[in-house]
Amino acid sequence: MNNTSDGSSSRGISAVAPKEGGGFPNPGLPPHTPRQADLSKSAEKRAERIVAAMFLLSVVGTVVFIAAYFVVTPTGMNIFAEEGTSSALWWSNLVTGLGFAVAMFFIGAAAVHWAKTLMPDEEMVEERHDIRSSDETREAATDIINDGLEESGITRRPLIVTAMVASLVALPIAVLAPLSTLGPLPGNKLHHTFWGQHPRQRLARDHDGTPIKLSDVAMNSIFHVMPEGLTHETPHHIEERAKAAAVIVRIDPKLSKNEESASMGVEGVLAFSKICTHVGCPVALYEQQTHHMLCPCHQSTFDVTDGAKVIFGPAHRPLPQLPIEVDDEGYLLAPGDFTEPIGPSFWNIHKDK
Amino acid sequence: MTTTTPSTRKQSSTALSDTRAYKLGAVGGDWLDQRAAGGGFVKFFARKIFPDHWSFMFGEVALYSFVILLISGTFLTMFFDPSMEEVVYNGPYVPLQGETMSRAYESTLEISFELRGGLLFRQMHHWACLVFMVAIFVHMFRVFFTGAFRKPRELNWIVGFTLMVLGMVAGFTGYSLPDDVLSGNGVRIIDGLMKALPVVGTYLSMLLFGGEFPGTDIIPRLFTIHILLVPAMILGLIGIHLVLLVLHKHTQYPGPGRTERNVVGFPVFPVYAAKAGGFFFLVFGIITLISATTSINAVWVYGPYDPSPVSAGSQPDWYMLWTDGLLRLIPGWEFTIFGYVISLNMLIPFAFYGLLLGSLALYPFLEAWVTGDDREHHVNDLPYNTPVRTGLGVAWIMTYLIMALGATNDLIAIALQLSINDLTWLFRVAFFVVPPLAFFITKRLCLSIQRQKREKALHGEETSRVVRTETGEMLEIHAPLSDYDRWVLVQHDDYRPLAAGKGVSSLRAKASSFFFKDRIEPVTPAELRAALEHAGHEKHVIDEATGGDYRTPAEKVVH
Repeated sequence: MNNTSDGSSSRGISAVAPKEGGGFPNPGLPPHTPRQADLSKSAEKRAERIVAAMFLLSVVGTVVFIAAYFVVTPTGMNIFAEEGTSSALWWSNLVTGLGFAVAMFFIGAAAVHWAKTLMPDEEMVEERHDIRSSDETREAATDIINDGLEESGITRRPLIVTAMVASLVALPIAVLAPLSTLGPLPGNKLHHTFWGQHPRQRLARDHDGTPIKLSDVAMNSIFHVMPEGLTHETPHHIEERAKAAAVIVRIDPKLSKNEESASMGVEGVLAFSKICTHVGCPVALYEQQTHHMLCPCHQSTFDVTDGAKVIFGPAHRPLPQLPIEVDDEGYLLAPGDFTEPIGPSFWNIHKDK
Repeated sequence: MTTTTPSTRKQSSTALSDTRAYKLGAVGGDWLDQRAAGGGFVKFFARKIFPDHWSFMFGEVALYSFVILLISGTFLTMFFDPSMEEVVYNGPYVPLQGETMSRAYESTLEISFELRGGLLFRQMHHWACLVFMVAIFVHMFRVFFTGAFRKPRELNWIVGFTLMVLGMVAGFTGYSLPDDVLSGNGVRIIDGLMKALPVVGTYLSMLLFGGEFPGTDIIPRLFTIHILLVPAMILGLIGIHLVLLVLHKHTQYPGPGRTERNVVGFPVFPVYAAKAGGFFFLVFGIITLISATTSINAVWVYGPYDPSPVSAGSQPDWYMLWTDGLLRLIPGWEFTIFGYVISLNMLIPFAFYGLLLGSLALYPFLEAWVTGDDREHHVNDLPYNTPVRTGLGVAWIMTYLIMALGATNDLIAIALQLSINDLTWLFRVAFFVVPPLAFFITKRLCLSIQRQKREKALHGEETSRVVRTETGEMLEIHAPLSDYDRWVLVQHDDYRPLAAGKGVSSLRAKASSFFFKDRIEPVTPAELRAALEHAGHEKHVIDEATGGDYRTPAEKVVH
């Protein structure tokens, strides 16, 4: 060990201060205090009985667990509740769980109580040894490595070494090939949504797919919308939904602080992407009084009277707006795509694709 | 190895070697020894000494909850189907009947509602994970605050740190598997974070999801990571962690008879076989009890994942809160350069995650550089004897907690009827103010405790009994400490700041000044001699005044 008695270090300058007056002597192990079970035969017997009782209690738990597995089941037989009800599930979980908990816990409690009351509790001392190898071992190890290097001829054959390093450096690049097959290149996928790829889509209610008339949209209401043509049959429909999700809100046109945004709506009905421009959670909360949309994940807040600009929280870009019109039958439709790519920012989001 | 067994041990009354079981054991032992050198292993391991302290059990809790995770997880893999194929639910849970969902979600519902013991095992798996992560963190900070990361244990600290990070990966990939709305939005956040990385972001996202988010690959891929890659790495590192533990032998708290050259405690066989083995069953039993009585991650309430809905009050599991918190607290900073977006609102949190974790991982090396102390340390520090380290640890925890609380700002706002914006601002300010404040307060508290312990070492325990002598002098009776009790108060090392020059860089001098400029002089033997002499004199005066009877007048009446 490198320790010297004055506490200084062998490597360099250390902040360890030497002990003044050599420090105090270690008084050694204190005398042992016997436990009840060491002194009294009856205490020892009592501890023994408690340990045995706890082991037996565990057996009871095991029996309860096994029995409950067959007679207190969630969908089949259940002696506490009607078959197949949620209360049957509750009872099944409770009784099997309690049985298993008792089975496990009391094995542990018995073993620990046994150790604490009946096994010797006089502390024993084991010497430590340096972690570092002895000088002889180190020397032997050095010799082995030197001999091995010599035998391999690595120092005399630079050509082999260079070639070897080249091969070992090149090989990890091979990992990139299989990695690249994990997924396609982004291309322009992130720049377009179903609205743009299938122009003149009616706006449909997200929950039942029915199209929305302008007259359906009451003042200060919010609708969660999808393109009418985006159904379960659409290829990649979940990925498309993840991009096309939008909301429409209707505000009093007089409240609008943003001409451009208002012009993309119809009579105060405005459509925005529902996907947060921060990390992509759906911006699902609408506060009617303030006309704010709030993302429940990280509380980015968007002002729909001002083109869904961010007024609080970690998002930076406004929610992209979906320009809308009304068709001959009075239904709302989107002539094209959102004004900007939707969702979380990525490095080339502003590049045309 | 030399282990000293106390000579006072009582001998067993019955001759063990005559029993049938013993003879059977001898035959089996011989068989094993001839094939696997079992004898050598028993000799090396069975009487190894481990010190006893409640704070050493957190690592055990982590280990045992990992075993529970393996057992319950294996059960779940038998029934879980990691597939994103779309199905229509027609199981017993009425509210979701007729809904389109992934097979992964449907099989989670089957496990929860139809499989015997399925819900119990699911809840055990999730609860065990939460306990696993708590235990890792508490264990890690036990090691931190007691300086048990010092030489020769720096490598094991790194191994443990890596285990903590892997635990988070295991947890995240695991709770994402049911493909419910809550976890789906969690995966969505990872996608958004990844896309924010300059240049590579969108490519990484496409590779992870096998195309656009969410695709049909992510659940099977997370499944492989969750049940194969990460557990294999965790198992391997646990192996290394434990081998190093045995090699280094466990640290011990300072105490009479304990030195840097020994380890005082109880042997593996039989005491720890019973105590630690029993503790496994205790942990298992308690996690089962919680799972039997307390619902967790009721995914049927959230519904199957769909990119459009989200529920308010979306929080990840507790050990991921800190990452989400920073995403909520950061302002919406993003700028565009040459038409390319730099999302500081994501890159700054990324960098800070690295900084926070990195500072923890590298702390042992930082402290070793400052102190220049390259001795082996096996006796733990008491946290109040290292005020700056303890202060830094508390500041780290405070940073972590504020980030975690930041991720619950919506819940707090609802519970306390506060504005979410005000709360967010409160946490933004607290993020900068609280950690330094916590550091300062902790450091001063440690120094005060040191001062108090110093007084106690010199003058003994105050008894609250005050004697007035005939001259009117007031003296408090002190109960002197035994040598054993005093040892704990006087054994610690003392560090002093280094002056720059002579091989000490000015940076290191500044760092050592930061660490050690405020220090309490440790008690020296000379001081103690003087104090004892003074105490002897005082005792003489007190005894003269009281006649050696320290009882109060009221006590004298009673007896």
